[in-house]
Amino acid sequence: MDWQYFLEILFSGFTRGSIYALIALGYTMVYGIIELINFAHGEIYMIGAFTAFIVAGILGTMGFPVSAILIIAALVAVLWCVAYGYTLEKVAYKPLRGQSRLAPLISAIGMSIFLQNYVQLAQTAEFLRFPIRMPRIEFLSVFGGILRSSDFVILVTSAVIMTALSLFIRYTKLGKAMRATAQNRKMAMLLGIDADKIISLTFIIGSGLAALGGTLIATHTMQVGFGIGFMAGMKAFTAAVLGGIGSIPGAMLGGLVLGIAESLTTGYFSGDYEDVLAFALLALILIFRPSGILGKAKVQKV
Amino acid sequence: MFLTPKRIFRSVLISIWFMVLVFPIMGIRIVRRVPEYYLDRVLAVGVVIFFLSLLWAWYFEVYKERGETKGIFSKIGTTCSEFSQKITNEESIQRKIVLVTLLFFVAFPLFSSMYQTTIFSLAFLYVMLALGLNIVVGIAGQLVLGYAAFYAIGAYSYALINQFFGLGFWICLPIAGIITIFAGLLLAFPVLRLRGDYLAIVTLGFGEIVRLLLINWSSFTRGSQGISNIPRPGFFGIELSPAETTMYIYYLCLLAAILTIIIVARLKNSRIGLALQALREDEIAGEAMGIDLRKTKLAAFALGSCWAGFAGVLFAARNSYINPTSFTFMDSAMILSMVVLGGMGSIVGVTLAALVLAIMPEYLRAFSEYRMLIFGLLMVAMMIFRPQGIIPPAKRKYYPTALENAEKK
Amino acid sequence: MSKLFFKGIVATFVGAIMTISAHNVFANDTIKIGVPGAHSGELASYGLPTLNAVNLVVDDINAKGGIDGKQVEVIAFDEGCKAEIATNAATKLISDGVVGIIGHTCSNAGKAVISLYNDANTIVVSPTITAPEMTLSGKNPVFFRTVANDLETSIAGAKFVLDKLQAKRIAILHDNSEYGKGYAVKAIEYFKENGKDVEVVLFEAITPGAADYSSVIRKVIRADADVLMWGGYYPEASKLLSNMYSLELAIPFVGPDGLKDKGFIELAGADAEGVYASGPTDTSANPISKEYAEKHLKKYGTTPGAFFDNAISATIALLNAIDKADSTDPKKIMDALRSNDVETAVGTIRFDEKGDAIGVGMSIYQITNGEYVEMK
Repeated sequence: MDWQYFLEILFSGFTRGSIYALIALGYTMVYGIIELINFAHGEIYMIGAFTAFIVAGILGTMGFPVSAILIIAALVAVLWCVAYGYTLEKVAYKPLRGQSRLAPLISAIGMSIFLQNYVQLAQTAEFLRFPIRMPRIEFLSVFGGILRSSDFVILVTSAVIMTALSLFIRYTKLGKAMRATAQNRKMAMLLGIDADKIISLTFIIGSGLAALGGTLIATHTMQVGFGIGFMAGMKAFTAAVLGGIGSIPGAMLGGLVLGIAESLTTGYFSGDYEDVLAFALLALILIFRPSGILGKAKVQKV
Repeated sequence: MFLTPKRIFRSVLISIWFMVLVFPIMGIRIVRRVPEYYLDRVLAVGVVIFFLSLLWAWYFEVYKERGETKGIFSKIGTTCSEFSQKITNEESIQRKIVLVTLLFFVAFPLFSSMYQTTIFSLAFLYVMLALGLNIVVGIAGQLVLGYAAFYAIGAYSYALINQFFGLGFWICLPIAGIITIFAGLLLAFPVLRLRGDYLAIVTLGFGEIVRLLLINWSSFTRGSQGISNIPRPGFFGIELSPAETTMYIYYLCLLAAILTIIIVARLKNSRIGLALQALREDEIAGEAMGIDLRKTKLAAFALGSCWAGFAGVLFAARNSYINPTSFTFMDSAMILSMVVLGGMGSIVGVTLAALVLAIMPEYLRAFSEYRMLIFGLLMVAMMIFRPQGIIPPAKRKYYPTALENAEKK
Repeated sequence: MSKLFFKGIVATFVGAIMTISAHNVFANDTIKIGVPGAHSGELASYGLPTLNAVNLVVDDINAKGGIDGKQVEVIAFDEGCKAEIATNAATKLISDGVVGIIGHTCSNAGKAVISLYNDANTIVVSPTITAPEMTLSGKNPVFFRTVANDLETSIAGAKFVLDKLQAKRIAILHDNSEYGKGYAVKAIEYFKENGKDVEVVLFEAITPGAADYSSVIRKVIRADADVLMWGGYYPEASKLLSNMYSLELAIPFVGPDGLKDKGFIELAGADAEGVYASGPTDTSANPISKEYAEKHLKKYGTTPGAFFDNAISATIALLNAIDKADSTDPKKIMDALRSNDVETAVGTIRFDEKGDAIGVGMSIYQITNGEYVEMK
């Protein structure tokens, strides 16, 4: 067995998987709290990539150093996507609270269509080149080409962010409030937790992570387009379900599992069946373990 | 007094918020590495949002406070509901409306162009699809997000059977129906235990898998090349001119749509339909009442997928060419939104919504660029202001009229 | 209440009938040309240049007094390359009484509607449909095209890889689209027939829209290929090239005519340097091509997009044939298309019995310093 090749493929999978995980976190957190599949989440990711593109485009003409541009672009993208996520919730989901489960779902599909066309009309239907490439990091050459600089940055950033998020959820007051709301919203409200604020917070964190994912992928693939959110959203969503929707460590694990599985399929079998595998994996897991890898089975109360 | 300084101030704040929000995407474009600024667009958004937020505040703070029974919105709403109640309750009106509609559609190809006829034949297919999905989603309450897969299976069944065995349209129609029923059961067996969102997700995955298989298994399905030269249905062996073929297909689709409406309407009030509705309301209570959950759910899937299969065969015959791009997740979402916007479970509402949504894009060509934007917004607005759909299903009432009158007093 | 409703419905229907039937009564005093294609959405960059080209040529003809005293009218229809909408487009254009069609951007749309045009005897001259069987099957007498079919594109590419690049180990990737896979499969067939010591070391589809193609590029590296051929459109090509750059894989990248587009150079930037693409033989020296490129710049403010010259040629050829036939009888126009040589933006052309243009050559271009340079 060719270990070098195996490791290469494995790390390709890790890179892909970390991005899926970053986006999946947004899906899973929203689902955990209001049981809504937020179909517009992929579009937030796309808007993040576009905002980063625009900021990088402006800063690029001013002659900033590359790493500074990258960091500023990512920060601005996160900031704006947080605002988009917050507004999205207030406009499209909050007025629907208390309706049947389908109403917010349709509203989310509508929002997804709207945001896609909004960006297409305001910007362009063509793909655009992201102006900045991740600089080559020299010390990575020790690994003999297994890890590229963009892989490295993506892996490190996602690891840091996910650890921080886990700590935040586990130890801070707001994190505890989030967990309480996810478990039982009514009870949490009785205990004095402002559920509306917690829901907004969930959308804010989720959108910020999606924006980060968008920026990272844009520097990696070197292009942005109005349609990139749909596929990424679908995959991330698959990852979230795979890990157990509603569970934060589940989303991370699900993202990595999906990314690695896809990468191995391409590496050892054929790229033709990459997506078939992803969705088949999803269907199988759901049939045999409907709550996902790490999700808890819900007991239906009568 | 509605326009208090506080409200206006708040609307100004909201419009500033939105202007900041849309600033990067709408205000700046990077053209060949040079930023161009479009502040006029951002300002326009601000102005529009200012008035919209006032309207929003009026709706939620003034109008809703006044109660649901007064005002234009609920008037439109109640008229729609009353209308649907009337249709279902009063036979004479029902007959008149049905007659006029029928006459209109039967005469339609005689006075309209071939183009109009083709659009409407596609719209009738959407009526079939929406009503088929309505069985599963509206009546049985099982959220299916991959309905286009069954549509695809139907279309490909006809195309492939025709290619390999040379069988004609009329023989393939029932065969394709049976194949899609099997596909429906194949999906239904493993997912019987799942409910709600999990079911939605698995069906979404199923839809994608079917589409990807159609693309990848190219030795059998010809992949994204698609299958061309699918014969149109024969008409007692008579050769038809193009215009006559279009008309013939139009009438076939119309007939199929009418049959679907009749059958689904009968089904809704049949034993199995009532069992499905009971399960939709409460699975556990339904089971306790002696409904066989397994059988009933399987029946729902079989019936729902069967209609998609028929619609698929007609679709293949109408286009004479199919390829996987016609059966994406967006198509499934479109059919689902027809069901939801029409009013889940309501036959009249779903039929109307399917006709409107299928035809609207054609007549919105004037604003072609903005049509999907408007469409997305409409979906959201509809859910906010009228989540029960255009014409919500009329609830069947079981107590006698006398009792009803007594209650009113 | 109920009567009111009933009357209301009748009134609506009557209104609908009147509006719908109103536009069937136009007099037929112009020569109508239909331009169906993708004018919005992700494939618009392939469809819009055609519409612009038709408008430019028709403006010129009309300014000169039209054809045989009749003005030419352009009817555009955006079908976004969806087969079922294309059917609507075709029936609308046929019932509008068009004399000819310049278009259908995508092969799938073209295949979906060609039988309608065959039945209605409406001439189609497409500047973009490349699916070989449209002409080679011989079943579509009304179909003509001014673009080379995929077979020619693919063979030109494969020939170049064998003869000029002297490749021995070839990796072929495609995007599973009709266009891309067609190119890839035809290339393999060519290698099997003509390359004795040549091995296709990898033949695989990628998933369009995926975030990262590093695994498949690593596979290409492991297969030790010395040329990578790509069948597909340029957004994915650009992503593959970006991954090749970051994995330091520097082997020649050969693609179909979809890559011979200014948009590709803009999107792929520095990564596009050295890429080979098939394309119609250089027409930049052609006076007609030059003239219309300038007119495009004047009217639309940009340089023309993909398949613009082909579209100019298709329009000129069709209008010339209508002029030569001195009637709008499809039979006479088709004869004129087949029998008359006409000066176009892609050279002097005529159509063969099956509908392919005679006289459009195929060349290979390499991107050097952000420009396409023809390989001689």
